[in-house]
Formats: sequence, C-alpha cells, structure tokens
Amino acid sequence: MREIDVKLITEKVRDLCIEANTDLGEDVLEAFDRVIQKEESPLGVEILKELKENARIARDERVAICQDTGFAVVFIELGQDVHLVGGGLKEAIFEGVRQGYRDGYLRKSICHPFTRANTGDNTPAIIHTEIVPGDQVKITVAPKGGGSENMSRVVMLTPSDGIEGIKRYVVQRVKESGSNPCPPTIVGVGIGGTFEMAAFLAKKSLLRPLGRKNQDPELDKLESEILEEINKLGIGPQGLGGRTTSLAVHVLMMPCHIASFPLAVNIQCHAQRHKEIVI
Amino acid sequence: MTEPIRLKTPLTDKDVEGLEIGDRVLINGVIYTGRDAAHKRLSDLLKEGKKFPFDIQGQIIYYVGPTPARPGQVFGSAGPTTSYRMDAYAPALIEKGLKGMIGKGMRSDAVKEAMKKHRAVYFAATGGAGALLAKKVKKAEVVAYEDLGPEAIRRLEVEDLPVIVINDVRGNDLYIEGEKKYHKG
Repeated sequence: MREIDVKLITEKVRDLCIEANTDLGEDVLEAFDRVIQKEESPLGVEILKELKENARIARDERVAICQDTGFAVVFIELGQDVHLVGGGLKEAIFEGVRQGYRDGYLRKSICHPFTRANTGDNTPAIIHTEIVPGDQVKITVAPKGGGSENMSRVVMLTPSDGIEGIKRYVVQRVKESGSNPCPPTIVGVGIGGTFEMAAFLAKKSLLRPLGRKNQDPELDKLESEILEEINKLGIGPQGLGGRTTSLAVHVLMMPCHIASFPLAVNIQCHAQRHKEIVI
Repeated sequence: MTEPIRLKTPLTDKDVEGLEIGDRVLINGVIYTGRDAAHKRLSDLLKEGKKFPFDIQGQIIYYVGPTPARPGQVFGSAGPTTSYRMDAYAPALIEKGLKGMIGKGMRSDAVKEAMKKHRAVYFAATGGAGALLAKKVKKAEVVAYEDLGPEAIRRLEVEDLPVIVINDVRGNDLYIEGEKKYHKG
C-alpha cells in the first residue's frame, strides 16, 4: 500500500487548472496549422491565425486563453493500492480548484441555478473517479466552457436508427449549433451504455489528443465519415463561412440495453484544454 | 482581403449605415461591457422608467465577462460570450439608442428587426481569442453592479478592437450568407 497525502493532490490540481487554461496543447496548435492549409475562406484563415496568435500570447504572458475558464472537470484514476491520507479526496480537489482559479487569475463561472449567485471560487468541481490497478494516481483537469456545453445533447435513439441515425443526429446537432460553440469545434460522441454513461463517454472522448486515430477501425471510419459531412456544412471558423467547422470527431462506444440506443454529443470549442499528471 | 475600417465611438447613423456584412472593423474609443445579469438589471430599470448608469446614445455594448486582470495587466482575458442569451433584452436597448453590440453567435429575428428599424449593427469578435482581445483594452473601470463580479458593467477604452460585421442595417446576416457560400450539398 502506497501512502499519498491529499495535500499533493491539491497542489497538482491547482497547477493543472492554471496550466490547462493558459497553455493550449501542441496537438491543437498542430491541428490549426493543418486546417489553415485547407481553409478556402479568407476570413476563415484570418480567424485561424488569430487563434494561433491568441494561444501564443496566453502562453507567453500566462493569461487565460479564453475568458470562459470553464467548469473544472477533473478525472481521477485512482490506483487500488494507494492509501490517501491527510483528508478527503473531494475536498482536496475542491481546494486545488479554489487555489488554481484564484492564483491563476481565472474567471469564477459557477453559480446557483435559480438565484444565479456566484459561488465565488469556481467550486464545486465535477469529479469523475475510476479505481484502477496499481499504486499511482492520474489526475486530468479539463476546464469546460459554457458556450459549447450549451450546444451538447443526449438523445435516446431507437435501435432501428442504426449507424445512419447516429451520423444524421450528430451532423444536425453541429448544424443547429452554428456559430454558438466557437467553431472550429471538436465533437465528442458517446454511443451506448445508459443515459448518463453516453454523456460521460462523449465527454471522455474529448481527452484523446487531436490527430491520434481511434484504435477501433470501425469507429475510426465513423469518425472520418461524420467529420467529412460536418465540414461540408460550410459553417467555418467562428461560423463566418468556410471549410473548417470541426477539427475532429471523437467517438467512444460501449454495449447498450437490447431496447436502447443512447447517443450523446458533447461539443467542445477550439480552446480544447486539458492537462494531466501521474503521481 | 480589404483593409479594416476604423470607427470611433459613439457611433452615428451615418457610421452604421456605411457598414456591410463581412466588413472588418477596428473599434476605437469608449465601449461598455454587459452580459446576462447586467442586461436583466438594465431591463428592470427600463420597466421602472429609471435612469441608466451610463448614456446609451450611440454606444456599443460588448457581451463579455472577463477574467480578473493579472497584476500589471489593464484587463483580463476578454473574448465575447454567446449573444442569443441577450436577445430578450436587446430590442429595447436598441430602441433607446444603442448603436452596436459585440458578441458571437446568431441573433433572433426580433433583434435583427430592431437593428433595421433603429439603425444599429451587430459585430462578432473572435470567440476564444480572449488573451489577444484583452491587449486592445487601454483602460477599464466598473461603472455599475460591482456585486456581479465578471458580469459588472465596465467602461472600456479600446484601441483598434478587431470585430467583423455580422448584421448590417439592411437586414443581412453574415452567418447565413457565409454558410450558404461554402455549403456543399
């Protein structure tokens, strides 16, 4: 049994909140470079260049890439041979979020649903914990902005809708979202499981680095086909018209009930922010 | 790509009538920030017939809730928020003399109608380019609703804030026209 003090978790979550919000991943910057070559709209090219310049400023000056520094979504893979000491895991993560959003000059965007009163410190965080073999802890912080989250949906299709039904729904969702979720987007798709699991899969699929293929050849094919359809829509960077509506489609799938065909679409803006660390 | 048009606030009817969808504009002068909660309060003032905390004639409202500024920074990251949430309030403000709005995402028919009728325009700034846009803000102060934190109304002095005309006074919409142009059936 390996002992880990939760103070270390707090410290790492704090740092990851700041890093994720100020340092856009190389995979996203490389994706911008790839699509700039293909973009037909002059205005679209200008926007993509602006996004690259914005990422450079944010990284150099340690300021937020986007003012919407998001809901702090934290994925924990906890080794079953780890014994956490010094306090509760949840509180340790919340404290890390509190410190990160304070010390990183990040916006506090969490409020009471009815009164809209701000909680003041960007807590609570959303925590997804998975118990895994081993004696390590993997922490991933993925801040999620409101604009793109608002365009996301879960739908219970019927089994007869088939793969075509999935393609139709996802493409239609991106079309209806238009310029709202800050295209070029990344489209996370969760298929199967239950109502809540489909949404979780869609969110988790967004953690895969851009440019890395899906390991499942059938899903890899589905991703390419949906992406092709999306980029025919013409929405383009920021919705001003163009070829680049989405940078990628990521799919995760699991078996579902014989009566069901759950589908979730989690739309992610171009500021695809996530950082991880293994303790 | 044509050169951007430089505009100074407050805007006149003539300024906005000269703009067309797709025009790149650099805004200079004073603009005000306001998003969901601030719009709700302005709308309540209107209903009660009370005075606004700033003169709205010819002004531009930027839909933004910035991050806190780092020490040494004039303004925190400041990209636009999605505009449709302000659609319920915008027509009344346009009627009161508001000449421009900066945000992102499509507006409702009622807002577009009000822009046509009262000569106002809607601009988009690049969503997610918060670090870049913050550098265009040269001075910032809260003028109302400090309790709202990032949602307070701020008076900003901006230099060459880059925006694009989405809706002009003739009822055109760049989101519709742009998508149409690049759509592949």
